[in-house]
Amino acid sequence: MTPADAVAGVMVIALVIYALTAGADFGGGILDVVARGERSREQREAIERAIAPIWEANHVWLILVLVLLFVAFPAAFADISTWMFVPILLLVIGIVLRGAAFTFRTYDLHTDAVQRRWGRIFSASSVLAPVMLGVIVGALARGDAAPADRGWFAWVAPFPVVTGAFAASLFTFLAAVYLTVETEGPLREDFRRRALGAGAAVFALAVATAALSARQAPLVFRGLTGRWFSAPLQGATALAAITALGALQGRWFRLARLAAAAQVSLIVLGWAASQYPWIVVPEHTIASAASPRRTLLLLLGAVGLGMLFLAPALWVLLRVFKGRNAPPADGAAAGPTILG
Amino acid sequence: MTNLQYARWLMGTSLAFHILFAAVGVALPLLMIAAEWRHLRTGRPEFLELTRRWAKGAAILFAVGAVSGTVISFELGLLWPAFMRFAGPIIGMPFSLEGFAFFAEAIFLGNYLHGWGRISPRAHLAAGGIVAAAGATSAFFITLANAWMNHPAGFDLVLGRATNVDPIAAMFPDGWGPEVVHVLLSSYAATGFAVAGIHALGMLRDRESAFHRAALGIALVVGGGAALLQPISGDFSARNAARNQPVKLAAMEAHFHTQRGAPLLLGGIPDVEAGVTRHAVEVPRGLSLLAFHDPQAEVRGLLAFPRATWPDPLRVHLAFQVMVGLGSAMALVAAVGAASFLRRRRLPDARWFLRAVALAGPAGFVALEAGWMVTEWGRQPFTVWGVMRTAESVTPVPGLAVPFWGFLALYLLLGAVTATLLVRQIVHAPRPSGPGAGR
Repeated sequence: MTPADAVAGVMVIALVIYALTAGADFGGGILDVVARGERSREQREAIERAIAPIWEANHVWLILVLVLLFVAFPAAFADISTWMFVPILLLVIGIVLRGAAFTFRTYDLHTDAVQRRWGRIFSASSVLAPVMLGVIVGALARGDAAPADRGWFAWVAPFPVVTGAFAASLFTFLAAVYLTVETEGPLREDFRRRALGAGAAVFALAVATAALSARQAPLVFRGLTGRWFSAPLQGATALAAITALGALQGRWFRLARLAAAAQVSLIVLGWAASQYPWIVVPEHTIASAASPRRTLLLLLGAVGLGMLFLAPALWVLLRVFKGRNAPPADGAAAGPTILG
Repeated sequence: MTNLQYARWLMGTSLAFHILFAAVGVALPLLMIAAEWRHLRTGRPEFLELTRRWAKGAAILFAVGAVSGTVISFELGLLWPAFMRFAGPIIGMPFSLEGFAFFAEAIFLGNYLHGWGRISPRAHLAAGGIVAAAGATSAFFITLANAWMNHPAGFDLVLGRATNVDPIAAMFPDGWGPEVVHVLLSSYAATGFAVAGIHALGMLRDRESAFHRAALGIALVVGGGAALLQPISGDFSARNAARNQPVKLAAMEAHFHTQRGAPLLLGGIPDVEAGVTRHAVEVPRGLSLLAFHDPQAEVRGLLAFPRATWPDPLRVHLAFQVMVGLGSAMALVAAVGAASFLRRRRLPDARWFLRAVALAGPAGFVALEAGWMVTEWGRQPFTVWGVMRTAESVTPVPGLAVPFWGFLALYLLLGAVTATLLVRQIVHAPRPSGPGAGR
């Protein structure tokens, strides 16, 4: 394995963690959109409690991927930034509005009108960002980020749009499954139903993505189907998906969470493995876009050192707020209820 | 405007917006933990109230800063792909290390803000301390990247391509020390003075408020201390510019003609066509003295350099005058306050002093923005000094007017909402029933 492969591997791991953490935060925002019925207020509050302490830390994984991309694969970064200008810009707008609206909702007046206004921006941007993320992945696989005379809107095509919807459905599913573990009683049943619904959407969109990729992204499709790891990978993903749905059906919520996380991880890994060794189809491979060896080695050292410090810190954060014995979110001392 | 100009305006607007939050993110956690530490030591309720309010301020400002910083990391590629392609492998170290500092900040801020009552008071204070240290570390690394753009190092240029890349040498280019110190001090001075200004106004209305008194004390120590050190740091920065970027220094000082014993020009309007600066107050030999610590030193003027490498002296000089003028005023207020404290051993609270502090409140942030403009405009027409021109770094994507106006509107909205929430959440004094009344 070359240093460039190692950096690419770290990027994929960071993307997996980003999908498992920040992806679920976006999914929470989408669940906020579809919160309905007599408990819609409680649903929204549960989502807010789940996201508040961790979303900023979760978000940093994307920054890490971005930095690794431009340090280790600057030519790929330049091409992606140029040819994916519009979807990246929309992604950024989604990220900004999501974070800002979420924070403003927490600290603004707790009257219904004000809360609804920020809530609407929060949920709309929570849809926009993951869809654009999926669009960018789909367009990358299709070869839209390679310099060509296809214009600035080449990504407006069936395949990227479907991958965008697929990403959004996957994150919604993940968030709903997580929330079944973090709630109780009728609220938990609400999220269970949402999870089952989102799971069905994930299945339908996965089939659509795979079918479209055969013609729209042949390079990735071949990677998805014709390699030694293809069958075991697809099998493992399917197994995780079935386990997640089965566990939801049987109300084994912790098992469902584990399986859903495995399913999402395998999907991201599967995409990355299928696209290997291309980083920008069909322009740059990992080797051809890589920075000088010294930069890559130093970068790997920095990442190792950084994780050495941060892994325990992240563990503490998750243990304090997501651990089995974490008390229900406080609120009495910190932000939301301080308004007199 | 051309596409290049829109790209520069978009980048500039984004940075001008973000830099406010970045500076507060460096300094406000320090104020916050100072108050918490005082509370743990003295048990006095006003310090707890202050901690809570500053923590809320930090929460709002950090969130907006985190997202506006994200915009910038994407914009580097969206607007300047050629620059990133060239510079990525060379200055990757500070960027990736900054990523981890930012990570630490986000993790421990989460622990701090939502950890009241869940972790022990000492662990809570320690989490806040890590947030403060990580904020300063972030600024340290990002400024290193900017120092490299001012004085590129760590590579050889062969036929327009960087070879023999040495990221460690690139991380610490000549002049990194003065720039980093200057930026960090400016964050503490600006934030400290802004907070002190707010509470000086509060004390002018209610001189007995223990809450405002506690806040003013902490903010003046941090802001005033930094403001007193900043002129020394500025001297190092100016001499660094004289050595490494003489044409930038010439533009800052509106100095056209190379001469020995060059005068310092206060104010004045540089006339580029005529090659003179009009309406300035001259301090004989001042510039030679400041730039080289030698009243007879020769200082090269703008005319000694090819016109195609000049920054715009009008903008750079005016921004520089604003920064130096406001910085000096803040140092003066800080010095008066410090002298009064040393004489009377108590917080200076004379009305005229409180008025001066209130007046100086916004000065730090204006000076910080002006100083940033000095270094960015002063580096033009280059993105990477002497190596890559701004016009060469810009994206080929057309129609940048659309994102520019869109983001301008977005920033105005975010700025207005943030300001409203801050006023509502942290500026107002607690109601008479005591420090718990806000809850």
